[in-house]
Amino acid sequence: MEYFVQQLINGLTLGSIYGLIAIGYTMVYGIIGMINFAHGDIFMVGSFIALALIVAIGLTAASSTGFIILALLIVLIISMVFTAAWGWTVERLAYRPLRGSFRLAPLITAIGMSIVLQNFVQVTQGARVKPLQPIISGGVTLMEGVTENGPIVVQLSYMQMLIIALTTALMIGFTLLINKTSLGRAQRSCEQDQKMAALLGVNVDRTISLTFVMGAALAAVAGLMFLLLYGVIDFYIGFLAGVKAFTAAVLGGIGSLPGAMLGGLLIGLIEVFWSGYFTVEYKDVAAFSILAIVLIFLPSGLLGKPEVEKV
Amino acid sequence: MVHQPTETTTPEGAQRLDEERAAAPEIVPAKDPNSMAESLKDAFMAALLAGVLGFFFLGLRTDIAPGGLVMTTRWGLFITAVLIVFAGRLALNIFVFKTHKPVTRTVAAAASDNTRSLERVAWWLKRILFAFALVLPFFFTYFFPQRDRQFIDLAILIMTYIMLGWGLNIVVGLAGLLDLGYVAFYAVGAYSFALLAEHFGLGFWMALPLAGILAAFWGMILGFPVLRLRGDYLAIVTLAFGEIIRVVLLNWYQFTGGPDGISGIPKPTLFGLEFKRGAGGFADFFGIAYDPIQRFIYLYYIIFILAIITNLVTMRMRKMPIGRAWEALREDEIACRSLGINTTNTKLTAFALGAMFGGFAGSFFATRQGFISPESFTFLESAIILAIVVLGGLGSQIGVVIASVAMIGGIELLRNLGFLQHVFGAGFDPTQYRMLIFGLAMVGIMVWKPRGLVSTRDPSAVLKEKKKIGADMVAQGEGH
Repeated sequence: MEYFVQQLINGLTLGSIYGLIAIGYTMVYGIIGMINFAHGDIFMVGSFIALALIVAIGLTAASSTGFIILALLIVLIISMVFTAAWGWTVERLAYRPLRGSFRLAPLITAIGMSIVLQNFVQVTQGARVKPLQPIISGGVTLMEGVTENGPIVVQLSYMQMLIIALTTALMIGFTLLINKTSLGRAQRSCEQDQKMAALLGVNVDRTISLTFVMGAALAAVAGLMFLLLYGVIDFYIGFLAGVKAFTAAVLGGIGSLPGAMLGGLLIGLIEVFWSGYFTVEYKDVAAFSILAIVLIFLPSGLLGKPEVEKV
Repeated sequence: MVHQPTETTTPEGAQRLDEERAAAPEIVPAKDPNSMAESLKDAFMAALLAGVLGFFFLGLRTDIAPGGLVMTTRWGLFITAVLIVFAGRLALNIFVFKTHKPVTRTVAAAASDNTRSLERVAWWLKRILFAFALVLPFFFTYFFPQRDRQFIDLAILIMTYIMLGWGLNIVVGLAGLLDLGYVAFYAVGAYSFALLAEHFGLGFWMALPLAGILAAFWGMILGFPVLRLRGDYLAIVTLAFGEIIRVVLLNWYQFTGGPDGISGIPKPTLFGLEFKRGAGGFADFFGIAYDPIQRFIYLYYIIFILAIITNLVTMRMRKMPIGRAWEALREDEIACRSLGINTTNTKLTAFALGAMFGGFAGSFFATRQGFISPESFTFLESAIILAIVVLGGLGSQIGVVIASVAMIGGIELLRNLGFLQHVFGAGFDPTQYRMLIFGLAMVGIMVWKPRGLVSTRDPSAVLKEKKKIGADMVAQGEGH
């Protein structure tokens, strides 16, 4: 039981990160119907920017609590802004010129962009992994128990609390942004009918750019969380995280924001429970299999609308 | 007779409008978007963006040091990069984007004038390339005796990619099914041969057809569930399958050797003659002096013939009903189905045939290397093969050749250019930038020429006369 609760907490934490990345996939797919294959690498870029900032500020676990909170807030905002610039540039260079081209063209440039980002970071920052000393340590003990393998303690670390709280706050803010502001309205209208939206005075290009900017900013948050949680990043983390987040987006129903979050949490839980109860080696196979199974048998996902085929 | 407005017929409202127009402030002409000032402003913005993007990557670098991470600054590199972006953007603005007479248009006009002659060039190019490929090993051994081994090795590598490109072209270019997991079949072919050799002692020529059949079988197994999917969903699922196969190869230690891979894979023999020194070898049998290069020449001809077979089969298939069905499927799946084409069989044959050639190439890879491990079959390899097909122009056979030579050969060429080391310093290793250049080329060519380098297609069915058609006329790779 204790083991289960601990895994549940770990799964929810990991799922929050996947969910935040998945939002970027789902929004882009919803609005222009393409898989932004480079989004996982935007997440990686975000975590590298956060790493550089943390090292530059000189943030360590020894710093005072107030300083840590203030510094992390600064790191979060700056890395969101800079990562958003990357997201905007990727869209402007690789996707916008191909709008109206054949359907697979942007997917191919997206794969190209993903290769470019990975190798750019590898060349400029080195191929070796970057370990970061844990900054936020400690936590609250929720349960204590004894199993046949000895005592077990269920702990909710401050880091996990931070991740879950931040994700919840961002989700609320984001839902309000989509549902209440004029930008959100423009986005929803572009999602339904780009031509009609343009006729009614919505700047479609700008709305699409802003979608990428928002997705990238959320990916930056996920990047910072990933860095703080695992403490190790390299130029290749974007690929796996990206595929899993995409799986999450598809599982939740692509184009649906709550679906992306739900899918992220589910994928996080599945991955953690799979590693906890079966084998660690095949945890990626689990994620990939879910992707294939969902796409084949449930292509509209849990919360998505089924696609209607028009001739 | 046309009614002309006069003083008396012009309505009062129109007169008032004229007066208002006269009283209105003079219209200021809009700023000329092609002016130098605009170009400079735009270039400045581009440089600013480059500064923002590059700050944390070019300007700063974190490295592992005792006691944690340390940061080094590289302002020289950062400022150089920003200046290069500024200068590049400015040059582009002046000559291409913000001018009434873009250079590109002049070039394009010049090129379109002699499309006919270009066709002739292409016709000759194919034959010249083929003739050159036929005599290539002897060309290098004769003219570059010191470096022949290196050149022939490179030619073998390029030829392998040409074969893989042609194999993938069946799936992506002809049938329009974007397959991101093609490397899985390459891996199946390589592991089939390695395991057959290890456990049953089969030689290359015995194992080759088996490896092809096994790969084709896997092509059908993986193709079957994705029959209903199209476009990017199909692409992602094939990627997932490719990764699953790789992870299984990596973790099934008892069967595949896991990350250690399989070594000691036998070399190919010529009707039982081994390429070795001493009695019973190839050189001994024919009474010529032994030279290790003979084995490389033999390997080259194996992959050359395999690649030519791939090409011939594809070209013949295009003329057969199944090939026509592939192309029809690429254009419109719904129309296909309503005309009674069995889309299931059509798709599965495309997957199986493409996979079979991937499997052949895989066994060749295993025999050439003598060692295989899952590391050789990552997603990146799939991406490279796809890049070659895409850059050459989806569905174009000669395009694949040009793209392979340019991408694989071009990068190797960079490694041998001594002056680059003088420019960038002694530690400069171009292979480090290989994938970066690959990715940039993939994006750049796709944006510039979405139909690939070779953007004309031969129609497979013609009325009276064969005409070249622009690739924009075919719904290339729509995936449905």
